[in-house]
Order: sequence, then C-alpha cells, then structure tokens
Amino acid sequence: MDLKDLYRDIIVDHNRHPRNFHEMPDADLRADGFNPLCGDKLTVYVKLDGDRIGDVSFHGSGCAISVASASLLTESVKGKTVPEAEKLFGQMHDLLTRDDAEVDVPSLGKLGALSGVREFPARVKCASLCWHTLDAALHSHDQVSTE
Amino acid sequence: MNAVVASQAAPVVLDVAAIRRDFPILARTAHGKPLAYLDNAASSQRPRAVIDAMSRYYETCHANVHRGVHTLSQEATDLFEGAREKVRRFINARSAKEIIFVRGTTEAVNLVAQSYGRPRLGPGDEILISWLEHHANIVPWQQLCQQTGATLKVAPITRTGEVDYEGFAALLSPKTRIVALAHVSNSLGTVVPVARFIQAAKERGVPVLLDGAQAVPHLKVDVQALDCDFYAFSSHKMCGPTGIGVLYGREALLREMPPWQGGGDMILAVTFEKTVYNDLPYKFEAGTPAIAEAVGLGAAIDYMKSLGLDRIAAAEHDLLGYANARMATVPGLNFIGTAPEKAAVVSFTIDGIHPHDLGTILDAEGVAIRTGHHCAMPVMDFFGVPATARASFAFYNTRAEIDQMVAALHTAREMLG
Repeated sequence: MDLKDLYRDIIVDHNRHPRNFHEMPDADLRADGFNPLCGDKLTVYVKLDGDRIGDVSFHGSGCAISVASASLLTESVKGKTVPEAEKLFGQMHDLLTRDDAEVDVPSLGKLGALSGVREFPARVKCASLCWHTLDAALHSHDQVSTE
Repeated sequence: MNAVVASQAAPVVLDVAAIRRDFPILARTAHGKPLAYLDNAASSQRPRAVIDAMSRYYETCHANVHRGVHTLSQEATDLFEGAREKVRRFINARSAKEIIFVRGTTEAVNLVAQSYGRPRLGPGDEILISWLEHHANIVPWQQLCQQTGATLKVAPITRTGEVDYEGFAALLSPKTRIVALAHVSNSLGTVVPVARFIQAAKERGVPVLLDGAQAVPHLKVDVQALDCDFYAFSSHKMCGPTGIGVLYGREALLREMPPWQGGGDMILAVTFEKTVYNDLPYKFEAGTPAIAEAVGLGAAIDYMKSLGLDRIAAAEHDLLGYANARMATVPGLNFIGTAPEKAAVVSFTIDGIHPHDLGTILDAEGVAIRTGHHCAMPVMDFFGVPATARASFAFYNTRAEIDQMVAALHTAREMLG
C-alpha cells in the first residue's frame, strides 16, 4: 500500500484549492450529501442550460478525498447533458470499486487520479459521496447518505 | 494540559516488555510496519490468559448453564457463576444478585431505560444527562421520552470538556426522575468527578446510572463508595471478550423492576395463564447467556488484578503525559478536551487536515487510531468540528509507539498540510 497512490499530486492540489467551491443561491437543483462515518458534509448545486449542466458547484467540509473528488466532479460534468453525467457516474462507480482492467481509466481524464482509492476500501465512500449527491440533485432528492 | 499528570508521572513499575508478550496480537505488523495499537478506547486487546480461558472452557466443560444435572452443565454453571462473583468483587457490589450479565454497556443502559424507566415515567417527568455522553447514553433515553412523554435535559459542558456542575445542578428539579452520566468521556477522556453529581441527585432522591465503559479499564471502581444506583460497563474495553458486559443495579431497585426480555432461564414456572419470574439476577438474563464470554471476562479481571489496577493507572497516566508533551510539538495540532483529570485519551485535530486523512496516513505507518465522531456527535458539534482524531492508550503501549504516531503526524503534515 502506497499512500502516494491515494494522495496523488492532483488530489492534494484539488483538496488545497478546490474548484467551483461555493454556494449557488440561484441553482436549479441541489442536494445535500452526508457521510456519517467521517462527518463529510457537502451540498452540490446545479444550474441547467436546456438539457445540459450549465454550471455546477459544491460547498461543505470533508476529507481530502471527498473534497478533491467533488472538485474534480464539478470540472468534469460542466457542459455535459444529464444522461452523459449519469453515464460518468456509472464509470466512476466502476473505477472506485472494480479492477483496472474493467475500466477505461485514460478516458476519464483527471478523474482517473481517483483510481488509487480502490486500494483503500474505507475511503471509497469519501470519493463517491459527491457523485451520489449529484445524482440526487439531478433526480431532485434532497439528501443522500453513504451509510 | 495535564502538567500535573506529567510531573507526577509515577515510575512505571510494570514490566511492559513482558506484558506485551502476553498479548499475541501486539507482535503483528500493519502494512509492513510494527503495529502501534492506539485505539484502546474503542476496544482493547486480549491477553493470552483470556483467550486460553475461553478455549479451555470450550475444550473441557462446555454445556448449557443452570439446566442440567450432568457433570458438564454443573462445571459450566460453576465457571459462569464464578465469573459473576469475580465481577462482584471487581466493582465491590454487595451481592452477586446485583450483577446482571448483558451484551455490553449499550444493552445495560437500554435495560434500565426500559425496565426501570418505562413503567415509572410519564409526561412532565425529566431525564438528566450531560453533553459529554456517548450515543449509547443518549438514544435509549430519547426513545424512553418518545414512549412516555418525558423530557430529556442535557447538562452543559465547558470549553475544557468538563461537565458544568452548576449547569447540572440548575437542571436537577423535582421533575427529574433519573440521572445518567458518563464516568469517563469516551470522546475526550474527561474523568467526571461523579461523587459530587451523585450526591446532588441523592439529595433529591433521584437515582443515578453511570456509564462506566471507559472508566473500568482505567480506574478502580467501587459501586458502594460511589453510591450510584446503576453502573454499566463492557468487557471488551478491559481486555475481555466482546459480546458481554455488566449492569450493576442496587438490589432493592432491581427487585422492583420487571424483566425486559422473556424466555428461558428467567422463569421459575410457566403455564399459559401465568409465569413466575426467576430471582435476581436471572430475572434479567433470558435465554442461554454468553457463557464462554463470561469466563473470559473473569479471566480478564484476574489478569488486570495480577498487574495491579493502581500500576495500570500509573502507567497509562505516564503515557498520557508523554503523548501530550510530544504532540504539543506538532505544528497546527489542537487538543480537543483539556480537563485536568483525564483517562489516557487524546482527542485532537490538525489544521488543514481532515481527521479521516490522518487516520489513513497513520494506518499506513502502522499506527491505529480512531477518527470520526466517536459516537458522540453532540460533543463534536460543541467544539465545532465534524470529527476528531483520537489516540487512546492502554498499559501495554509504549513511549516508542507514541513516537511512531508523532512521526506519522509529521508525515501527514508534509503530505497534506
């Protein structure tokens, strides 16, 4: 087990300087996510532009993995259609829980940096919380919990 | 913090190297590093004496207790009741009838809430706890409030993590029907000076339950000297097996309380019209009990007594003082809970690093600590943190293990700080 595989430079950077990290009072959709095991709490905001995600942001507190994952999420789904974002959610789920061979990591771009999380089962929920929360926002549930 | 403890650090008279050989698990590694097990407040480890006592029981005399006339049942019963007597002496109860075997502290609190509280409480009555409590000493009372219409009152705590006595006394009222307090805080390590609180409750005739889960591994507990009415603790935090714990109850109160679970062993006679309940303590022990676990708990008590409870406490205070001094050198480290009297528990945060990341990074260095809310979310809310990291020490830990942890904290700062 190599910590450098979990805390890759891109993860550390997105934790220190999370992108799109702000509340969005005029969001069309929003959902709260909570991981009671470690206390991660975040809100994902979405502004729609037709059938596309015109803008997306997040706010809250969490560990480095959950913050970096949410930051990377906002960069990766902005401009995508809702079905495209949902497809990406499925790919991220596979990335976090399945062997490398089954996931086309290069196609995920920066999100591939989270592939090391798989080796730390206790941390998978940290990385997936924002994706479940985005999914809830897109389907207009108010709250998700990873427990 | 804890300057008093550090300066008074008694010479450690325990032979820690020899003691560590009593605990087979301490020889293992984690991620190729020597294991530094510093999560004892969550669960301690077991000496070979406990493991062997349980194996020996299964290999030589297992049978159901209180049921058979045959040899094995008699031997198993003798061992089981022998363990109850060891527990009685360990906490100085008057009678073995006052020692109820349960699954753990949580079940003990639930038993008191349902059997003592539910028939007695109604709308307008109050239950008084403190802000320091573990969820196990909050939720059963909330459930009781929902069932009876009673109200939960919470005594405030101070910035050092101590229960505010004046605040507690102000909440004691003619409506208070039961007081339930931690003896030692699991999340912060605060030793609550319970004598004062018990006396105040007694003056109003209010019975007191103490959650002793974190106290029994560290303090000599004497329920008669404490003059509490109920005392709950778990075996697995004091070197015994999981799955068993103890409810001590004052005999006069236990007699008045109805059984809370029905079944075998808790009856004298059953017809379809009527059941005559068994005597204490069996009235509260429906079904086949955790026999091997009781035997293991008895062995754990023997083991701790052989080391000496005073020497255990001195060794743990020495570790606490050393840890406080070493951890204070880590930049950005904040101690959460700085009461003058503490068990060997250090709760902390490091600026800019989430406790969950600390837990992972320390684990990679072989250091096991707890991170999270420690089943005490109100305490976390009070200090304005989502979680803390918590190192908790047992008498078998060493200063070298604390050094290993502190080195890993520096690694964490380099990686994420």
